[in-house]
Amino acid sequence: MDEPRRAVVVDAVTKRFTLRHARSIKNMTLRTLHGKRLRDRFTALDAVSVTIDVGEAVALVGLNGSGKSTLLKIISGVMPPDEGSVRVRGRIAGLIEVGAGLHPDLTGRENVFLNGAILGMDREETLRKFDSIVEFADIGRFLDQPVRFYSSGMFMRLAFSIAVHTDPDVFLIDEVLAVGDPLFRRKCIERLHEYRDSGRTMVVVAHDANLLRQLCTRGVFLEDGRVRWDGDIDTAADMLLKKRQERRRAEANPSGAVEAGR
Amino acid sequence: MTSVSGTAGAHEPELAEPGRGGGLTEVVRRRYLLRLIVRRELRARYQGSLLGLGWSYVRPAAHFAVFFFVAGVFLRMSEQIEHFPIFMFSALVLVSFFNETLINTTHAVVGNAPLVRKVYLPRELFPVASLLVSCVHLVPGLVIVMGVAVAWGWTPSAAAIGSALLGFALVATLGIGLGLICSALHVFYRDTAKAVDIVTLFVTWSVPMIYPWTMVRDTAPGWALDLYLANPLTLGVLLFERAFWWPTTDGTLPFPAHLTRDAFIAFALAVLLLGAGQFVFSRLQRRFAEEL
Repeated sequence: MDEPRRAVVVDAVTKRFTLRHARSIKNMTLRTLHGKRLRDRFTALDAVSVTIDVGEAVALVGLNGSGKSTLLKIISGVMPPDEGSVRVRGRIAGLIEVGAGLHPDLTGRENVFLNGAILGMDREETLRKFDSIVEFADIGRFLDQPVRFYSSGMFMRLAFSIAVHTDPDVFLIDEVLAVGDPLFRRKCIERLHEYRDSGRTMVVVAHDANLLRQLCTRGVFLEDGRVRWDGDIDTAADMLLKKRQERRRAEANPSGAVEAGR
Repeated sequence: MTSVSGTAGAHEPELAEPGRGGGLTEVVRRRYLLRLIVRRELRARYQGSLLGLGWSYVRPAAHFAVFFFVAGVFLRMSEQIEHFPIFMFSALVLVSFFNETLINTTHAVVGNAPLVRKVYLPRELFPVASLLVSCVHLVPGLVIVMGVAVAWGWTPSAAAIGSALLGFALVATLGIGLGLICSALHVFYRDTAKAVDIVTLFVTWSVPMIYPWTMVRDTAPGWALDLYLANPLTLGVLLFERAFWWPTTDGTLPFPAHLTRDAFIAFALAVLLLGAGQFVFSRLQRRFAEEL
């Protein structure tokens, strides 16, 4: 009974992407005639294994292109892995780029129902949480206006509010906290703290190292699709800052780029 | 920590692979979401238009007018076929339904790219929603056909209603079966929509809509007639004509022998095609997120 229960098990997952250089028959022929490659494959994730227990708040950190968003997509089920396996317990809600489910032509009210259903809520559940969602989003009289007239802040607030109200067992968050006004941002972070303290599982991708330090207990540092560090969040955040500095220095001083480049 | 396990451990779901779609059965399970998506499609389509859903009356009416004057009046089909307007219109609503289904399902997945890329949903939802939108658009046409038929003395009979249901089931199954395949292919090759466009052109003219099937029988060689009658859409159209037009006439224009039997065979094949479509779709959908 004391054995921790697994929320997410990622086992030796490899994901490769194919970059197609030519789509049309004309371009394909031209490239073939010139002896150029038609497609390149690159490995976004290379035998990644991560196990997350129920109640953990884990940050996935790394530079751009390190594979953290791909890993999040694989956990959410949007993409299947090429090799290895993923298993998740319970309802997952992805905040993978919030607002994907918001339709510009529908009103805020209609979007609450539609997006709620997309994230797995039924009608009763949405009705029960409706007031709370609207209050949290703080969109007031715009509720019955089409979402296309919303300011980007309002849009984000509504999307975030719906997502946090789905009460998922595993909450996946990708870069959502980067936007929005400071006040709402603080509200979101408070909400995520509450959420974490209620014993649910969270996987976060964000660029803000300080925020991750506050929010997460564990950090997984990815580089070139491999796990470089899996342990306390402070080490992972420090690694991120260090790598970022290295990259910035390499960009400022291109001659040194050879060793630091990826 | 006890309170924590109290909230999270109230239900104990098993570890499961995410995104392992259950296909069409999963769509049935999430019919509440399906209903909202259908409503969204309808809403989005008529956003900012004055007539709104009224356009679903205007379009078939315009179609009807064009075909009626060109075929019925100028080409004198009205003289050959009794109650030509209803002969043509009963065929037209079914053909429009099929074409609309095929075109809209083909665009269904690509049109929902942001969702497909970011949230896991059974992707079959989108083509199925397109089919249901076409069904909504079929209703006004059917109402007009029935109205005109009743005015010409049509009364409901088991044979008529059975024919209509069989014709609809055949064409709808065929539409969603092909639609699943086309919508998945369209993600990888944007040529699909162009090809589908051309297919719908052939469909419009290869069914006995503005001419009776007997014209093919009397002018084309036997094998061509067999081919013509093997087209499931021809069968569907003939069934609709038998349902709505034939009871209003004196019944001199014959239907092919074994029409019902052939239609049932075609329906069984359409169900097989739907199974194949589901199989192809579920294989290809694994790569949707990275292609879009």
